[in-house]
Amino acid sequence: MEGRASRSSLIRRFGEFDRGSVSAMKWLISDEMLERTERLDIPFSRHGIDPYGIKTTDVALMMTVFSWLYRHYFAVAVAGLDHVPSRGRAMLVGNHSGGWAVDGMMVMASVFLGKEPPRLAQGMTDRFINRLPFASLYSSRTGNFTGTPDNAVKLLDDERLLLVFPEGARGTAKLYGERDTLVDFGTGFMRLALQTRTPIVPFAFMGGGDAIPTITNLYWLGRLFGVPYIPVTPYLVPIPRPVPLEIYYGEAMFFDGTGNEEDRIVMGHVDRVKERIDAMIRDGQVRRRARARRRVGDHGDDGSASPGRNNNEEMR
Amino acid sequence: MKVLVTGIAGKQGRIVAELLLGTGHEVCGIDRRPWYDAPRGLSLHRADIRKRAAEDVFRAFRPAAVIHMATVTHITTRSSEDRYRINLNGTRAVFDHCHNYGVRRAIFVGRHTYYGAAPDSTLYHREDDPPMAVTTFPELADLVAADLYAGSALWRFTDLATAVLRMCYTLGPDRQGTLAAFLRGPRVPTVLGFDPLFQFMHERDTARAIVTALTGDFRGVYNVAGPDPVPLSLLIRATGRTPLPVPEPLFRLAVGRFGLPLLPRGAVEHIKYPVVIDASAFRTATGFEHQFDADQTMDAFRSG
Repeated sequence: MEGRASRSSLIRRFGEFDRGSVSAMKWLISDEMLERTERLDIPFSRHGIDPYGIKTTDVALMMTVFSWLYRHYFAVAVAGLDHVPSRGRAMLVGNHSGGWAVDGMMVMASVFLGKEPPRLAQGMTDRFINRLPFASLYSSRTGNFTGTPDNAVKLLDDERLLLVFPEGARGTAKLYGERDTLVDFGTGFMRLALQTRTPIVPFAFMGGGDAIPTITNLYWLGRLFGVPYIPVTPYLVPIPRPVPLEIYYGEAMFFDGTGNEEDRIVMGHVDRVKERIDAMIRDGQVRRRARARRRVGDHGDDGSASPGRNNNEEMR
Repeated sequence: MKVLVTGIAGKQGRIVAELLLGTGHEVCGIDRRPWYDAPRGLSLHRADIRKRAAEDVFRAFRPAAVIHMATVTHITTRSSEDRYRINLNGTRAVFDHCHNYGVRRAIFVGRHTYYGAAPDSTLYHREDDPPMAVTTFPELADLVAADLYAGSALWRFTDLATAVLRMCYTLGPDRQGTLAAFLRGPRVPTVLGFDPLFQFMHERDTARAIVTALTGDFRGVYNVAGPDPVPLSLLIRATGRTPLPVPEPLFRLAVGRFGLPLLPRGAVEHIKYPVVIDASAFRTATGFEHQFDADQTMDAFRSG
């Protein structure tokens, strides 16, 4: 990986009190990720903390790990990043798949590494995350808060970029055979988008179900650990396999309204977003198969989508 | 203006009294506790706000404004029944006297912990958020009730301009208050794997905010806060203490022992999750600006 930020330079940058929970892993943080973190459009204090508790060193550490996964482990190919606004409020809305939120992590990596200046996609998490020790701490230090309407409105009013999976935990619970399908979308995100006049950038995430091919979900075991379920793969543990992943961002969608409309109307808007994502998944399946064929044909020399780069032209 | 301050002998009450005297107000105070070196020009009455002697002070002094700070917030020192009586009956008596003796302005000094801390509570509570502390921290129920009771004066006594202020934690050289008590020792217990944001302001800013609320025809329920919140771990380190992360199951066993502060059961949620308020409405309505940032406030507490 890239050059490391020395411990003394971190202390110089963030003051003597930043010896928090990541101190043991701080030597891991790459200079590139730290530099990108500092260029985020987020008002960090002298201590490297924003008004919501997002912390520069924690974001940089997270992105150091994600960037390795993004560029090397999965070799994520991304298209349509231009549709994600460079500044100002927006909502990334897409499909969930693959046992747990590997898709969310790679979407966060794609806008952090692919946008200039970098952007931090802030996930709206399920309630259970905040009940778990460490998960609660790191998710909030990196900007991922419980997806309550109040949190979302406040963040959008502050011109942040939100990451929303309207399928929720039911989305990651999809089994291998259901990986490229969509389950019911909640309507909360649409009401928020209407209320705060936020553009919705739909995206299709491809390959999540191949990375973590779930054969069954153990709900009783999940309850024991305070999570909705534990996914089981053919090799038992839900560790993602190093398969190629793809993210397609579509054109931003704008909806007019106040957020107080009847359910019928809001559902209509939600269906339009869902249909768009569904169409992008179908296109994605075709391209994904072509990418796989080329890879086999080229004996592993994948010319279609060089990993970790913005392959806008190539993949259109 | 003639200002009556209840709970004046508390540390925060003293700072408010001195600030009022310094800005030319005529100040009278009621407290059960003594204040031996009270400043000149202050008339002090040793009385319980629930008793007739306190009513006599209203009758004789005829205040134009009342700042009600006589609520018991220390949870470990009294039985909850005693606290309930003081906080609820005391608040009731103060507002009744305000109504009966022609007081024009009343300020109830409440707490931001009203909103409670829970895994799904939002950051930056607004004034219309419900008081979740009743369930997350049952020991605070009397303070929540007193807050709501004081707010009811807005419709019960429309001649009385009532302001309910939900103040964030106070910190400063006096080392008094809920947060200061928590930070008292060299080692401060935290719950392993949790590091909530803590919102606090300098004790002088707290006093200035209370006095600011006296001006104009200011009424309503307002959150009051100063600088942006900081993580608990940073607060502990910046005040010269050492965090002691304890796994949650052991936490309840450890508090009150090994030199660690004694905490009520409900306090655990408040050390796991943040209570952060949005104080923009108060700033807009009064023009209040804090003078001490988070670093200055933590330094003041550390070296105080």
